[in-house]
Amino acid sequence: MRAVASPATGDAGFAVPAARGTWRPWLLVAPLLAFLAAFFLVPLGQVLVMSVTDPEPGFGHFVAIATDGFFLRVLAQTFATALLVAVLTLLLGFPLAYAMAEAGPRMAALMMVLVTMSFWTSFLVRTYAWMVILGKSGPIAWLSATLLGGAPPELLFTRFSSTLAMVHILIPYMVLSLYAALRRIEPAVLRSAASLGAPPVSVFRHVILPLAAPGVVNGLTLVFVLCLGFYVTPVLIGSPREQMIAGVIGHQVEEFLAFGEASALSVVLLASTMIVLGVYHRRFGLDRLWG
Amino acid sequence: MDGAYLEIRDLVKSYDGKTRALDRVSLSARRGEFVTFLGPSGSGKTTTLMVIAGFEAPDAGLVRVAGQSMAGVPPHKRGIGVVFQNYALFPHRTALQNVMFPLLMRKVPRAQAARKAAEMLDLVGLADFGNRHPRQLSGGQQQRVALARALVFDPTLLLLDEPLGALDKNLREQMQLEIKRIQRALHVTTVFVTHDQSEAMALSDRIVVFEGGRIQQDATPLEIYNRPRTEFVARFVGDSNLLRARITDPGAGIAEVEGLGPSRVLPQQAQVLPNGQGTLLLRPEALAPAEADAPNRLVLAVEEVVHFGDSALLIGRAGGVTLRARIGGRAAQGIGAGAQVPLGWRPDAAHLIGA
Ligand SMILES: Nc1ncnc2c1ncn2[C@@H]1O[C@H](COP(=O)(O)OP(=O)(O)O)[C@@H](O)[C@H]1O
Ligand SMILES: [Mg+2]
Repeated sequence: MRAVASPATGDAGFAVPAARGTWRPWLLVAPLLAFLAAFFLVPLGQVLVMSVTDPEPGFGHFVAIATDGFFLRVLAQTFATALLVAVLTLLLGFPLAYAMAEAGPRMAALMMVLVTMSFWTSFLVRTYAWMVILGKSGPIAWLSATLLGGAPPELLFTRFSSTLAMVHILIPYMVLSLYAALRRIEPAVLRSAASLGAPPVSVFRHVILPLAAPGVVNGLTLVFVLCLGFYVTPVLIGSPREQMIAGVIGHQVEEFLAFGEASALSVVLLASTMIVLGVYHRRFGLDRLWG
Repeated sequence: MDGAYLEIRDLVKSYDGKTRALDRVSLSARRGEFVTFLGPSGSGKTTTLMVIAGFEAPDAGLVRVAGQSMAGVPPHKRGIGVVFQNYALFPHRTALQNVMFPLLMRKVPRAQAARKAAEMLDLVGLADFGNRHPRQLSGGQQQRVALARALVFDPTLLLLDEPLGALDKNLREQMQLEIKRIQRALHVTTVFVTHDQSEAMALSDRIVVFEGGRIQQDATPLEIYNRPRTEFVARFVGDSNLLRARITDPGAGIAEVEGLGPSRVLPQQAQVLPNGQGTLLLRPEALAPAEADAPNRLVLAVEEVVHFGDSALLIGRAGGVTLRARIGGRAAQGIGAGAQVPLGWRPDAAHLIGA
């Protein structure tokens, strides 16, 4: 935005850049702001209002959420799943990000394409792909039937399948976060560590890991927050008995037309996300989240 | 080799398989010696340093430190202190922790490591800065931390790759003296890389001049300045007048010099010049206001005068060639463009370079 505000248009030599800079950027983002206001802020406001007015005014829904075992279980389930997914993407993503940072420029570019390629395919498609892979007539079922005989294991519509699919869908965010942090480490710093007597394992432990920590925190936060609100994947291939909050919200609306209850749950989800991001912001600054 | 502490023989290194970054580089250093690699960018100085430190493997040749071959020894087992151009401090550790690092890697107990690191910080003049992180230190201070960190474990060698490149001129000169003082105090064998000839002159016991992956000359600073072996060295180190010369009488030491006509040179130099052809190097300060007994005389038609206060540089023409003469500031007073200044030079102030 700052670049846009700079007085580089060259029309009037005596223009006052500072004065111009104050309104120009706002003018440029005005369409976006209008769009967000109309299609995001207004509905969000409606949700907030509905959560305390539908069907009757009061905080009944929130009381219900706080006291009803089902909702509490869903919330706990959601947080646990998001945490598990975040940790799994970290464990799986770190070696990949590390290899990317170590690779030569060509190899790194190729790996980057492979990692970001999954961004190009809709995650709905990727979710369906997992349905095929894990399904009753899929390759895994076939393999298990051929090798072990008997009935194939129930893979689909379990916690396992939704976790697996979400890890797959969210791992690029983790890899990119880690890669950004690892790339920022100067090669000379690693070399100096070695020249000072650190064997490779110590270089990794004492230099690479601590310097990658911001990327780890970024990646965990990003994946955790994205996972909290995940809807399609858990609904399509997750266990119907162990739903996540977004699925429950959808269910409330579609099945019971319980808009007030769904709104209250949405508010809880929104608040949870805001709390996570708020903690991150206080500690690290939100502007760093996207690298 | 007699007393060679660092010995490098016939190093060859190519990064791309075609061009040689190092082409048969051989040199040695005695214990406690301060050797400087001097050369333009891309001449192979850093590559040589990285081979010594173990970060690059040579295609051929050997490196020996204290009589031990370094072939196959990984960097962390070489015990060589390296200071990189951009300091390469650990950004997540304080100055003291940075300096403690090599000691902790050597299993020195923490308390003892902290004490030793603090002493070393004191030696580089940063006793009060141990708790700061690198980003809270100025360039010069970071430089000192890097130096302390590379020295605290009593390295067999100290390698510095253009360590002062990022500092401004005053700080540079201050740090040069500092490095020299510390190096003397610890008597550590040091290889210092720079592309700045005055820095090399100021610091070194010996200068190794690199060009195109080869060593052009390996000698003391004065030798390099007064008797450069090649035109490249003459041009790269100091200011110079280089004139084609042909020996006409080797016995008497007479040479026909481009623009200056028949001139007296040192017979012992004239006699060893291959084919009697070569280049005469006249440093600008070798051209002095002529006295009656100067064996070689000329009149400089001054075109430009640059005053430095203590001295002045006269740029002008004589006999169809452009010459630069450096004379005392007082003698230069009143000389301006257009002046005709009689100058002279003595045979022993000039140097003949083989063609
Ligand atoms: N990592 C590298 N990969 C490929 N070529 C390199 C690399 N490092 C140096 N070179 C090449 O080797 C030659 C010598 O470089 P270097 O040793 O860095 O010179 P200097 O330190 O004297 O500036 C240069 O031509 C340079 O381009
Ligand atoms: Mg270099």
